[in-house]
Order: sequence, then C-alpha cells, then structure tokens
Amino acid sequence: MTGPEYAGLGGWTPEKLGVPGEVRPVVTAPEPVLSQPGPEVDPTSAEVVRLAADLVATMRVSPGCVGLAAPQVGVSAQVFAVDVTGHPKAVTVHGTFVLCNARVVEASRWKAGREGCMSVPDLTGDVKRASRLVVEGVLPGTGEPVRLVTDGFEARALQHEIDHCAGLLFLDRVAGAHAIYQRKVYL
Amino acid sequence: MNELAITVIGRDRPGIVADVAEVLARLGANLTDSTMTRLRGHFAMTLICVGPAAADLEAALAPLAADGHLLATVRAVTPDGGSEPTGEPYVLAVHGADRMGIVAAMTRVLTDAGGNVTDLSTRLTGSLYVVVAEVELPPGVSDEVAGRLTRVAAELGVGVSLRPADTDLL
Repeated sequence: MTGPEYAGLGGWTPEKLGVPGEVRPVVTAPEPVLSQPGPEVDPTSAEVVRLAADLVATMRVSPGCVGLAAPQVGVSAQVFAVDVTGHPKAVTVHGTFVLCNARVVEASRWKAGREGCMSVPDLTGDVKRASRLVVEGVLPGTGEPVRLVTDGFEARALQHEIDHCAGLLFLDRVAGAHAIYQRKVYL
Repeated sequence: MNELAITVIGRDRPGIVADVAEVLARLGANLTDSTMTRLRGHFAMTLICVGPAAADLEAALAPLAADGHLLATVRAVTPDGGSEPTGEPYVLAVHGADRMGIVAAMTRVLTDAGGNVTDLSTRLTGSLYVVVAEVELPPGVSDEVAGRLTRVAAELGVGVSLRPADTDLL
C-alpha cells in the first residue's frame, strides 16, 4: 500500500474548527452548481473553515442526513461533511468529520444500494458503490492530511459526497432505466 | 398463432390489471412480455400476447373502455423470434431543468451513431427532468458518442453521463 503513513482522523472533531456553524439553505437540482466540478480549496483559509462548520451545522439539523457537500449549499468547492453515527447500516464509523480535496485511492467489493439526496428530494435510485474504500483528503483548519479506511454505509456516503464535489449526482450513476424511484418516505 | 401488441392507458384506479388480464384469459390470449406502470396518475400497459384474432380481442376489451376513462388498442404484429443484442450495453443519464426537446436531441445522437435504445424512462419532479436510457452502441464508438452527448447537453443546459451498463451476473 502506498500513500501517507497516517490513519484515521487523529481525534479531529468539528469543535476544533473553533467557529460556530450556521445553517445554510440547501439547493436542489436542477441548480447548476450541483453539476459543476468544484475546485480544490485551501483548507486553512477562514472561508473554508467557516464553510466546514456550516456544513456540519446544516447536516445536523437535517433529518436523516448522513452527508452534505459544499455544492449542496451553493458553493462550488471540494469540501464535504459526513456523519453516519447510529445509522443501522453502518459498520465502520468515523463520527462527524469534514474533508477537503478528498479522492478515492482504493475501491473494491462493489455493491448495489438505494440512495437519496437532499438536493434531489423527490427521487431515489439504485447505485453500485464500493463497499471497501480508502479515501485521502485534508482536514479543514489544520490542513492535516488524512487517510480513511472504511466500508459499507460510510463508504457509500463518502463516494456520494466525493461525487458531489466533482459535480455528479447519484442520478449520474443509476443502474438502469428502471432504477429511479419516486420517494415514498421522507425522513 | 397470432401475436398481438396491446396498449391500455387511462386514469389510474384499482383493478385495471385484473380487468384487462381477465379478458385476455377468457379469450385464451397468453400474456408474454409486458410493462405496466403508473405515469403521473395514468396507468399504462404495453403488452405482447399470443392467441386470438386482433378483432376479437379488441371487441372483448371495448366494454372496459366504455366509460371513456380507458383507451385500449390491439394490433396484430409479426413475431420476430426475439431480438439479439446488437452492441455493447450502456446507461445514459440526463438531468436538468425541464425544457422542450431533451429526449429528442439526446436520442438523435445515439441513433446517428448506430445506437439502439432498449429501455428508457423519464421523470419530471418539480422543475427537475431526469432521463435514464439503456442503450446498445456499436463497439468502439462510446467515447465519440459521449463527447457529442456532452456538447448537445451543454446546448440544452443539462447534465449527461454515459457509462457502461453493469453486466455482472450472479
């Protein structure tokens, strides 16, 4: 295995951002920002730190939300928050975290699963994702590089959010013509 | 044996499938391939049957349409003995603000490249329009088709992706 020697989040929590997050409005498709690849960011900039805190705050007030990416609050940037804590399908759980400039470095054991999205509130879809995943990125605030090894539901959430940062929605990856469904249950 | 193409569409209510299937069974029409789904409050059935004469089946379905809420058509078709795949399978996904001509423009690109749409569904939810199509493309043209789709999508202000279909079998 190549890459950095560090593993996990090193005890990072959103409180280390040092700023209170504010809830931002979530945009929905067909808002163009959702289809634009976001640029890499300077993770130490005050703007990115504030964005990271706002993503966490917005994710926390949104029922059932396990991840939120910058384009979903109208900002084209490679920043997202994830928290699958307590989700019944989650196996490995890293708690609440925000990653900047994240990329998938290893992906295997592809499995189909149903996905929804706050930015596509009326539809769900069947999407194949890697259930074993290694992601590298940097933490907002410190800019410290991290390498996350995860699986299952957290891996799916990470791939969904990394896609958002690349301007992709789950709609771009649905399995076929009958793999999109009208949402029946809203959390 | 007659092969028949049947369509039934009308305002959705419980019992449309049962009513139509009962007529088919009574006349000895064997239901082979079909899709039956609800589209924005309308129920749509597209069926292929083998059995009776088209005129007999049409007459038998007529009472179902008598209240004006259902439209049923029956047409004799030539059995083609099943269609073989003509290319490599891809999934096309398009999403964006609804506007006229999205399906027309995207499928024309596929057709011009020798592609064949084998399944397609669309959804309009709010102002979001989503098209997902399963397509067979001749070998070696997918990159060029993806490029053309991207250019046409940009003109329409929508996003497009073309990916190889998952052909994994258990």
